[in-house]
Amino acid sequence: MDDRLVIAGRSFGSRLFLGTGKFPSEPSLAAAIAASGTELVTVALRRIDPTAERDILDAVPDGVLVMTNTSGAIDADEAVRLARLARAAGLPTWIKVEVTPDPRYLLPDPVETLRACERLVADGFTVLPYCPADPMLCKHLEEAGCATVMPLGSWIGSNQGLRTRGALEIIVEQALVPVVVDAGIGAPSHAAEALELGADAVLVNTAIGTAADPAAMAGAFRKAVEAGRQARLAGLAAPRVTADASSPLTGFLA
Amino acid sequence: MTVTTVELDSRSHQLPAGSAAARLAGLDLAALRARVEAATDADVERALRRAAGGGGAGIGPAGAGPGGWRLDDLAVLLSAPAAARLEELASVAHRLTVRRFGRTVHLFAPLYLSNQCVSVCTYCGFSAGNEIARRTLAVDEVVAEADALLARGFRQVLLVAGEHARIVSKDYLVACVEALAPRVPSLSVEVQVWDTATYRRLVDAGCDGLVVYQEAYDRDTYAACHLKGKKRNYEWRLGAPDRGAEAGMRRLGIGALLGLHPDWRSETLATAAHAVALIHRWWRVEVSVSLPRLRPAAGDFQAGHPLADRDFVQVLCALRVVLPDVGISLSTRESAAFRDALVPLGVTTMSAGSHTEPGGYAGPSDAEPQFEVSDDRSPEVVAATLRRAGYDPVWKDWQRS
Repeated sequence: MDDRLVIAGRSFGSRLFLGTGKFPSEPSLAAAIAASGTELVTVALRRIDPTAERDILDAVPDGVLVMTNTSGAIDADEAVRLARLARAAGLPTWIKVEVTPDPRYLLPDPVETLRACERLVADGFTVLPYCPADPMLCKHLEEAGCATVMPLGSWIGSNQGLRTRGALEIIVEQALVPVVVDAGIGAPSHAAEALELGADAVLVNTAIGTAADPAAMAGAFRKAVEAGRQARLAGLAAPRVTADASSPLTGFLA
Repeated sequence: MTVTTVELDSRSHQLPAGSAAARLAGLDLAALRARVEAATDADVERALRRAAGGGGAGIGPAGAGPGGWRLDDLAVLLSAPAAARLEELASVAHRLTVRRFGRTVHLFAPLYLSNQCVSVCTYCGFSAGNEIARRTLAVDEVVAEADALLARGFRQVLLVAGEHARIVSKDYLVACVEALAPRVPSLSVEVQVWDTATYRRLVDAGCDGLVVYQEAYDRDTYAACHLKGKKRNYEWRLGAPDRGAEAGMRRLGIGALLGLHPDWRSETLATAAHAVALIHRWWRVEVSVSLPRLRPAAGDFQAGHPLADRDFVQVLCALRVVLPDVGISLSTRESAAFRDALVPLGVTTMSAGSHTEPGGYAGPSDAEPQFEVSDDRSPEVVAATLRRAGYDPVWKDWQRS
């Protein structure tokens, strides 16, 4: 069955996107990328060093899209500058906007994120913002021209799963662009849940990068994402809700 | 006599890309309709459970696009196996309505500005060919009508007129809205469809809502009912809610005239699909659905395919449970007893004490009404009846800023 994910005109066979931080070694990252089946990885611009003999990009095989992220930016100005640096360095113009002025929870700043996205879209970038799971904000980001919205499942790196589930459901239902759940996905079951509730993809990093065996965990996530998507397409049954007895409402009909 | 020239702007038959109308036109309605016939008892059970759980945006088949599961469930709930469980469906509809809207019913009144019309529509008393007393209210007469409605308690008024671009012109409509806006807290229009610029003028003048019934979503039926006039342009009419939303209307009302097309299920599916598409395209706009059943009108019109009460109840309850946040409006076309019985099932807005002839509120009018009113109780009696049933009649729910 043809069930590819299309973002900004580019088609993806895998609905698992991978972050590249926190891996113990470049070979382990490369193995995890291969095992995950991912076709899109995000790389922090601050990790890229064109002057070094090798850097993180060497772990990414051909055919996998590199999306630079603006990790470290604390406001829109910094995010825009980082994106332009990435473009000047010859990297693809797909940008994951991350604006996280709070160093403890790394929560995305909704106001600065929207500002950064508006400017980067106008500047010709393909923009995928990491954002709070706020349905209104997601509509604003969509109207600003973002290629996706990427609301958080829970605080980044927390492995707490979809604590924003209720808001994610609304975002999924309202969105006119693909929804990628980013951050907080700590186990394959969380990823499956995100796809079951209708997210188009998930972006995972910590849970794979810090696993005892990153490649094995990447393979587990791959299966979970496929299972969640298949369940979504198959149509999940709703939980049983007991009906309450009441006086007839249609007794007036003959 | 002043002669006003009517601009013959060429109205497009194209539906703008990305509009709700374009999305509706691209929907495979036949496949959705086939889902009704294919629905099994198990499908009905599943849809009822989902509805009882409050829907759940994350549940259901995804392939049909945004809101797709809602339409799939609607098809199931319009089926014969669902009709066999109508009481259960009604129970779910009742609970969802109370949870979302409380025990309230909004009351509004239609204010007919004119029954002049150049269109020929088989079902309408104002149809150009009908030999009836015609009248267009002067702006001060419109104000007098509004004052009569305000005195009866109404704060939400719907301005209605036939289609006559010279007599019921843009300038006339804007003048009416400007005259009423300082007095009437909420104003909507149900008039011939206009372009975005005209809707913007109406919004700027103080109009907050636009009501456009597509009448028949089925194209053949539409063509067979609309014999003459600009209303023959199906696409231009279908795109009107999009244009109103683009112009800044805060509320959109849509609907199909039940009884025009033989297949009420497909018309209901199309209405819901239109609502879903509008909600997605214009997320700031409040969309409501009306369920007008055809009534006898001048010109000896009888509904060709009258909708039975039982089927009407199924339509109402099914719409309510798949679109739990959407307002559902019911007019005085329906009888008093039927209207009272429908309130718990999902109706959230009602007209009351309506006159469908221009000038009928401030004094007797010799103009012909658009259709025969069935529930002719006064607004006071309707409100008292609602209170006795445990519902709060809401007269005012909007303040222009």
